Amino acid sequence: MSIQSEFFGKKMKNPILLASGIIGMTRGSLGMACENGCGGVISKSLTLEPRKGHEGPNIVETECGILNAMGYPNPGIEEGLREFAGWKREEALVISIVGKNAGEFAELAKKVELQKNRVSALEAVISCPHTPGYGTMVGQGTPESVSEITTAIKENCSLPLIIKLSPSVPGEVKAALAAEEAGADAINMGNSLGPGMKIDIHRKKPVLGFGIGGLSGLPIKPIAVRCVYDIYGAVKIPIIGTGGINAGVDAIEMMMAGAKWVSVGTAVYYRGQDVFAKIAKEMEVWMKLNGYSRLEEITGAAHEQI
Amino acid sequence: MNRYEILNQVYTNKVKTVIQENYRIKTIEIDHRMDCLPGQFLMVWIPGSGERPMSIGNADPLTISVANVGKVSGEIVNLVEGDRISYRGPFGNPFTIPKNAKKILCIGGGYGVVPMYFLARKAKEAGVNAIAVIGAKSENDIVWEKQLFVVCERVHITTDDGSKGKKGTVMIEVNELVEDVDAVYACGPEKMMAAVAKLCREKKKFCEVSIERIMKCGVGICGSCAINGKLCCMDGPVFTGEEALAMEEFGK
Ligand SMILES: Cc1cc2nc3c(=O)[nH]c(=O)nc-3n(C[C@H](O)[C@H](O)[C@H](O)COP(=O)(O)OP(=O)(O)OC[C@H]3O[C@@H](n4cnc5c(N)ncnc54)[C@H](O)[C@@H]3O)c2cc1C
Ligand SMILES: Cc1cc2nc3c(=O)[nH]c(=O)nc-3n(C[C@H](O)[C@H](O)[C@H](O)COP(=O)(O)O)c2cc1C
Repeated sequence: MSIQSEFFGKKMKNPILLASGIIGMTRGSLGMACENGCGGVISKSLTLEPRKGHEGPNIVETECGILNAMGYPNPGIEEGLREFAGWKREEALVISIVGKNAGEFAELAKKVELQKNRVSALEAVISCPHTPGYGTMVGQGTPESVSEITTAIKENCSLPLIIKLSPSVPGEVKAALAAEEAGADAINMGNSLGPGMKIDIHRKKPVLGFGIGGLSGLPIKPIAVRCVYDIYGAVKIPIIGTGGINAGVDAIEMMMAGAKWVSVGTAVYYRGQDVFAKIAKEMEVWMKLNGYSRLEEITGAAHEQI
Repeated sequence: MNRYEILNQVYTNKVKTVIQENYRIKTIEIDHRMDCLPGQFLMVWIPGSGERPMSIGNADPLTISVANVGKVSGEIVNLVEGDRISYRGPFGNPFTIPKNAKKILCIGGGYGVVPMYFLARKAKEAGVNAIAVIGAKSENDIVWEKQLFVVCERVHITTDDGSKGKKGTVMIEVNELVEDVDAVYACGPEKMMAAVAKLCREKKKFCEVSIERIMKCGVGICGSCAINGKLCCMDGPVFTGEEALAMEEFGK
């Protein structure tokens, strides 16, 4: 029995990736996530210029999951690539980029191409629900826009390309198909849900500094699972399932829907920094108990006709 | 179950007292008795302005001391008695006092004296003697001296310009005092904390320091406060002197 996986030619000790924007601001903290058991890491999303991000509060816990509105605080692509360069670990490193339009994505891709040594893949996020100028706030999830952005990146960077979609934009299957057609190598489904809002009833004000934010954690899992299920039925490229994975059984469920890998974010909040090792262990125990020996038997299993 | 439990709710309570400490620092006592420990911090939220980490200076009443240096701190110091104040917390790891310690040294620079007071107070309650050293630019910058007197065996003061206490850095006092204490704690400018940590390494004394980084989420997920593979908000803000000295960025 093994939960080993493979990521664009690289061996992975398990199919669990650290989701973008979770603790991954520095090489040191990405390394820490690896120490804590993940098979690979996705960096904080990098923009062309440095960004301070939104004013706080940047996250607020709700009765069901957390809302965040970080606003992409990051040191910018140049500084970010310097920080992540010299990645020496076994685990796969994915660099996440985010641009306002296809032109920006092309420029970002060019910069990554120059420093692609040791980088396993490039992830392009077109799905943030709470940052003006980016993601769903400027309609980046449409098939046309996905196709344009994917093409622009593929022309400038030879790394495997993952397109990170939104679970909140109707037509995610069409978007995934557009990405595949334009040359994307994988789909990440997906980003946080929403935007949503939390109002503090004592202060009579939205809590988040930006007012609205993306919902993440367990409550979004059913939606992410459904999106992955639908996309798996339509595209041939592999899928990273993201959203609300908190325990081993959540990862198994996401993989049965069609994910080859999963990425984990908010669970770090609920279960601690070593949540990756916990989920990996739980997957192993479950698989053993239920007679599975390899992950290939699980990915897409919910689609099998009996 | 009617509602799901929220781990980190936003509290809103009344400001009980506001004390003007000096030209830029105000102490705010909140009508709240919080279960918290020295070294931990709150994320104080001013609706419409922002949210910032603030060290806890006392648990009952919950107390913070804020230097007016910018946008959000400038709003916090404008609060008056009876106003409401909102915050999340407590966050972070507290200071620890070794079991057999009988005497500790608490070194504070600027508003760094705030958690040092809380620590000395807790130490006293546990039967441990504390000696305090306050370092400041000049006499006007010294805060919480009176409070420290109440909970410490002695309070030493150093100022850069010699306007009060000995002239120079805290190290002129610390170099001598370190000999007969069992543990040393520091909160303030990183250069000062690095000097303290190095001295403790040399003298083989237990040492803890409190490190500040820009924090956004406060709960260990966003990674903004990463420092050499550790998260300041979760793994810190209190680190042992050795942990701190192992960080490339520390003391720069
Ligand atoms: C764990 C922790 C505990 C803290 N405890 C306290 C506390 O007890 N009391 C307290 O007053 N502050 C404390 N701070 C600092 C506080 O959180 C803010 O950084 C500070 O109040 C500035 O925020 P602002 O919005 O007013 O300034 P901003 O508008 O964000 O910045 C304005 C200017 O102030 C400068 N500045 C930012 N932070 C500081 C700072 N800490 N000191 C001097 N100048 C600064 C900036 O460089 C900028 O030029 C703590 C920080 C951390 C991480
Ligand atoms: C604090 C925080 C910051 C995030 N930052 C990013 C980011 O920079 N880029 C990105 O693609 N997704 C970002 N996300 C979204 C996550 O990567 C993930 O897609 C989402 O949270 C759903 O997964 P989860 O339920 O496991 O957290 C962020 C999420 C959170 C909670």
